[in-house]
Amino acid sequence: MAPGPTLRAHRTAGGVTLSAQGDWTAAHAAELERLAHGAPSPPAGPPSQHAEALTIDLGRVGRLDTFGVWALERLRRGAVDAGAQAQLTIPADARADLFAGVDKALSRPPPPAGRRQALAGLLERIGLGAQAFSVDVAAFLDLVGRLAFCFWRGLLSPSRLRLRSAVHHLDRTGLRATPIIALMCFLIGCIIAQQGFFHFQRFGATNYVVDLVTILVLREIGVLLVTIMVAGRSGSAYTAEIGSMKMREEIDALRTMGLDPIEYLILPRILALIVAAPLLTIVGNGAALYGAGVVAATYGDMSPAVYLERLHEAASHIDLEVGLIKAPVMAFVIGVVAALEGLKVQGSAESLGLGATASVVRSIFFVIVLDGIFAVLFAAVGM
Amino acid sequence: MEADEVIAVSDLHVRLGGREVVNGLSFRVRRGEIVGLVGASGSGKTVLLRTMLGLLPKTSGVVEIMGVRLERATPAQSRRVGERCGMMFQQGALFSSLTLRENVEFPMREYLGGSDAMYADVALAKLAMVGLSLSDADKLPSEISGGMTKRVAIARALALDPDILFLDEPTSGLDPIAAGEIDRLIRTLQRVLNLTVFMVTHDLNSLKSVCTRILALYDGRIIAQGAMRDMLAFDHPWLRAYFQGERGRAAQLS
Repeated sequence: MAPGPTLRAHRTAGGVTLSAQGDWTAAHAAELERLAHGAPSPPAGPPSQHAEALTIDLGRVGRLDTFGVWALERLRRGAVDAGAQAQLTIPADARADLFAGVDKALSRPPPPAGRRQALAGLLERIGLGAQAFSVDVAAFLDLVGRLAFCFWRGLLSPSRLRLRSAVHHLDRTGLRATPIIALMCFLIGCIIAQQGFFHFQRFGATNYVVDLVTILVLREIGVLLVTIMVAGRSGSAYTAEIGSMKMREEIDALRTMGLDPIEYLILPRILALIVAAPLLTIVGNGAALYGAGVVAATYGDMSPAVYLERLHEAASHIDLEVGLIKAPVMAFVIGVVAALEGLKVQGSAESLGLGATASVVRSIFFVIVLDGIFAVLFAAVGM
Repeated sequence: MEADEVIAVSDLHVRLGGREVVNGLSFRVRRGEIVGLVGASGSGKTVLLRTMLGLLPKTSGVVEIMGVRLERATPAQSRRVGERCGMMFQQGALFSSLTLRENVEFPMREYLGGSDAMYADVALAKLAMVGLSLSDADKLPSEISGGMTKRVAIARALALDPDILFLDEPTSGLDPIAAGEIDRLIRTLQRVLNLTVFMVTHDLNSLKSVCTRILALYDGRIIAQGAMRDMLAFDHPWLRAYFQGERGRAAQLS
């Protein structure tokens, strides 16, 4: 290993000379750092007339790279700032380029030191947030309008609906989601039934457990579970796909070919979601009610025949309709949010991750808000 | 491996998707050389480069970089090789969530024991050396042009003032002025730091003005090596077409 960088100070007639020795390279970064900030003082001697003059001598330096040049320049500038006259003889060989680069970097203007006040910063953030919100709302409405237009155009000439692509997405978001959704709904059905039997036993009201499960599952739990799963599984995937296509300029490529990315990429995905969500809700409802039946037979001492009979009494087609009407609307919102977040992705990998997160969080939030609105609506029309 | 050899490749075979992409290839690179690798598209240049860096598995053969065989290296050895080698990827491969300055600072933070101020100064110096204006240093990679991306990628490859620099088409997609600056930069750094450069390139001007030796790859083998003027002496149809075509002759004359 070559010797590390050192500085020897000695007095000369003109002042102090610092002689750099050893390797001034990246491998010795920590020592360079130290040398750059404090030059050794010369041995005591008679005070010279030009005590302020400082010469940095590179004659005996070994290897020198950008880090070494940085340390030397810093040293020189430090001395100049302290009021000394400092000189650094730049070698006339190729190393001069390193000095030129470092000099440019060190001569940059200092960054503006504007520290904003806390209150102003807070107000600014609130303002920016409000502005971003209004932009988001406008973008949402804009996309809904464009989708409606594309759909209408598609109805007039069905080849523009890109049904082949929609079927492909239906397979991905619908069929392939079936096992996990069925399993999840089965378990939730089991849990609700178990809780029902456990607590209703105290009132001797176990007969009503079936009513509880049926109404809860058909009206609320089934569709909520399915749409939340769809948001997490398919919404995030849509955002990531559309976002990375945006990043790689694939969407711009489509535009330059005269194709509408909404018609080509977004409408088929949203159509697939709208078709898949009610179907998945039916699967989920069935699985949850089956789970409740299993618990009724094993834990609640209710035979399957009795369970089925109670189910027939408790369930009405209105309960089923309430769930199924909500599913496509929620799926539409999930799809629009996913596409919007995808289109908002900028160049960086980070923004893609942010978009996928925002897509899931927002669509689940909207699903729950919509569910509340539907509850009020259905109550108003007596469903 | 002899004392002044920094890269030694012997009898290297790489099979990808059932096809022998690199087929029994051997060469050595001495310290301080600037070696240019040429070859038709799909002749295995990038595969060779990626295999040398350990990014692709090889079927058989030996790759030694600074005396270290990457597949047998201890973690400390491979870290040292990583510190002393810089690689510039064809598409830049800049970290998209870091600014340009942070991209160049990144390897420094990992390997060196300096301060933030030192990293910032040296990173800006590197960016200035590759011809970037310092006002652009706080931009994100998605906000700059393709040519600037190349320059920043070179600056990042040079971040630690490495001993070996691997470049994958450093001047492709650059205008002639920028390409000339990059060529000059490579030469300068080679002289200042006694850098060894191994570059894949199609730029006949850089081959002529920068490279001390040219390796010509054809069908996974090296069919010729030597300086630019020696390339004309080889009697291989592809080499003739490459170096004696219109562009080849223009570069010879300049």
